[in-house]
Amino acid sequence: MAEYKILHEKAHCFYETYERKGELQNQTHYCPGCGHGIAHKLIAQAIDQLGIQDRTITVSPVGCGVFAYYYLDTGNIQAAHGRASAVAAAAKRSRPDSIVISYQGDGDLAAIGTAEILHAANRGESITVFFINNGIYGMTGGQMAPTTPVGAKSTTSPFGRDAHTEGYPLKVCELLSMLDAPVYLERVGLGNTKQIMAASRAVKKALENQVKGLGFSLVEILSPCPTIWKLSPVAAQERVREEMARVFPIGVYKDRTKDAQPYPAPKPAPPAEQIPAILGIESSEGMIEAVRPEKAVDWRIRVAGFGGQGVLMLGEVLAEAGLEAGLEVSWLPSYGPEMRSGTSNCHVRIGTHPIASPLVTRPNVLLALNEPSLKKFLPTVEPGGWVLYNGDAIPEGIEARTDVSMQAIPFTQLADELGEAKAGNIVSLGALLELTGMLKQEAVDHALAQLVKSTRWLEIDRQALKAGRRAAHAREAEHAEVCQ
Amino acid sequence: MKPQLIKGNEAVIKAAVLAGCRAYYGYPITPASEIAEAAAYYFPLTGGHFIQAESEVASVNMLYGAASAGIRAMTASSGPGISLMQEGVSYLAGAELPCVIVDITRGGPGLGNIAPEQGDYRQVVKVGGHGCYRVLVLAPNSVQEMADLTTLAFDLADEYRTPVFVMADGFIGQMMEPVTFASEVRPVTTPEWAVDGTAATRKNLIASIRIEADELEKHILNLDAKYKKAEREAVRYEAFMADDADLVLVAYGMVSRICKSAVEHLRAEGLKVGLLRPITLYPFPEAKIRQLARTASVFGCVEMSTGQMIEDVRLALEGRKPVEFYGRCGGNIPSEEEVLKFAREVLNRSTPVVVSEEVVHG
Repeated sequence: MAEYKILHEKAHCFYETYERKGELQNQTHYCPGCGHGIAHKLIAQAIDQLGIQDRTITVSPVGCGVFAYYYLDTGNIQAAHGRASAVAAAAKRSRPDSIVISYQGDGDLAAIGTAEILHAANRGESITVFFINNGIYGMTGGQMAPTTPVGAKSTTSPFGRDAHTEGYPLKVCELLSMLDAPVYLERVGLGNTKQIMAASRAVKKALENQVKGLGFSLVEILSPCPTIWKLSPVAAQERVREEMARVFPIGVYKDRTKDAQPYPAPKPAPPAEQIPAILGIESSEGMIEAVRPEKAVDWRIRVAGFGGQGVLMLGEVLAEAGLEAGLEVSWLPSYGPEMRSGTSNCHVRIGTHPIASPLVTRPNVLLALNEPSLKKFLPTVEPGGWVLYNGDAIPEGIEARTDVSMQAIPFTQLADELGEAKAGNIVSLGALLELTGMLKQEAVDHALAQLVKSTRWLEIDRQALKAGRRAAHAREAEHAEVCQ
Repeated sequence: MKPQLIKGNEAVIKAAVLAGCRAYYGYPITPASEIAEAAAYYFPLTGGHFIQAESEVASVNMLYGAASAGIRAMTASSGPGISLMQEGVSYLAGAELPCVIVDITRGGPGLGNIAPEQGDYRQVVKVGGHGCYRVLVLAPNSVQEMADLTTLAFDLADEYRTPVFVMADGFIGQMMEPVTFASEVRPVTTPEWAVDGTAATRKNLIASIRIEADELEKHILNLDAKYKKAEREAVRYEAFMADDADLVLVAYGMVSRICKSAVEHLRAEGLKVGLLRPITLYPFPEAKIRQLARTASVFGCVEMSTGQMIEDVRLALEGRKPVEFYGRCGGNIPSEEEVLKFAREVLNRSTPVVVSEEVVHG
């Protein structure tokens, strides 16, 4: 029996036979002379050399490279057209110990997936991208690619690519080299053995960078497409060397490999039992069930005013205090641009009955912190309800209602006297509590302590509450005198 | 655990973290942005990661990558962003990848506005992507359910290996209510089909492509069998005073709460009105609707749209009973007064309908 010495063998990273392929399982689906086969081989060899086969996840594109998973004996994910680098980025972040390859063609990466590659590169995703540039859409039968050279004919540029109407070939390495994050960008060719050897080194380096955890690497591979170019494999290689390389100069576009710092390791997960606390979820142990008022209550409150008057915050304090008092509560804001300019309002319900609708269309309490709010919501208040207006008196032109209890108290002014006009909302809360007895003081104190993080503001709010109560009390006394 | 007053959008993230979700990818959009903001804060603190994607197209494909790698992952958006994700949802369904997508719906079409609407029903429930697939859709109507149904969504996604939507209108996302969260984190194991960069999973392939017709047909039929199983086993609804009702209101999300309030009001007047609230919009509670059709004389669908879910109510009824509609859209919500008026009108003009057997198809 003859003795054999194996000099070159198929990379281990290739499947022995291509069983995912329907037929002809000992050969690839690529055409004779196609660059994909060579690129696959270079990648497979590099994976072997680096000993990373088990860790590798290959993300294949849409295009001729779609079936990379037929051949590469690595974990395989097949992505939507153009999105391989987004898929790869998330796979890598999800499994930081894996080595993730995004394998993409020129339509995939440089046309439909331009946003994804640019942003993956700009975020410095720790992935390795192999970009096969053959200047044409191969899989779909020869349409113009973003990388088709000016003047070249394709089925969708039948008169040759016209720079005036179709623009110029998109230069991906040049474009990405403007970004700060990428670690390594190189353009290589598959135009002859010498070029292929150089490509082999680049492919390995790009993968090695990921093994070292350095960040984003991309190798653009100028690749022959003899079938669509209608050239022999040899002539197609010549075209890579001559024409393609003229448009897309071969070379290193960025190399921070030497000084790049390893990609920071993700923060380790805290022990599972600590997570509820991190989320601010407190145990109910030791919680004292609040005693609900014996009488059924159903407060339907509308708070309204200018943006910046603390309308939403006031509503939140009410709801939080209601919760503290063991009542059913809901808080619903008006949201969006209203919040950023003009008026703001929210719906608060506090009651003993489970709340069906959190919308308050017929309030029994209106806190109107400005005139437009009073005008808008006064007619909606239920007879017998409460209306508190932020001012010395009900403005002229607004007809006071006799079927509701109306009070005009200058909340903002009272707060200003305390040194913080912004606390007008809490002054109005004090007045509301004094007039209606809606909630116990302790519940409100607790809510404020829960929501107001600054000790200075907490003190201001406490004073504001008192000022509100005092003012309301004085009004009530005046009212009693008038009635006598 | 102690109930906490929290916004619907924030509750989603706390529930997701407790459900073992470890990745969030998203693009800001009102009225869903607080979900991304909460994720950006809590995920890095709890062993997960967050990426603010360059677009919803990228978000959904990142979801594809994370789900392929076998971790629980999610995204959230509103109508316009969900529209952009639809291609990716088709891929996720085709590749049988579990994940959760939260849609906080707003007014459309086009830019529409940012106020609540239920105009996403068709694109989410009827699916907006290409191919023979479905997604499971859960419709919370309270902040507590935003948390609970997010948890359920992750479990269903894993059980059925499919994307699950949590669809809530802007009100539910923006409002605050007390929520009691789970007391501990759900332990999650890596599924055996995942591609997680280890020797054990090296032979695995995640793909939606099946190049041979017979192979693709088989795959599609397998997907369909899953959906049939969900139709048998995953249906959820709330029936409120519906079993003896002459008029059954059908509503989901915020509208269901207004209808519930209206039902209480009308019952107090002695009118036999009930509410059926689908909690799963797909699978739709068809059997329950047909059951109610035996006793009810008329159905009334109330939506924040020009009538999208009503098509499913009609399909479920197959002509057995009439269906009337009341809707507001563009950011308006049917008020309780409007629902009361609608219900009274429907009851006044409805006469018991005798349905001949011929119109019953199923």
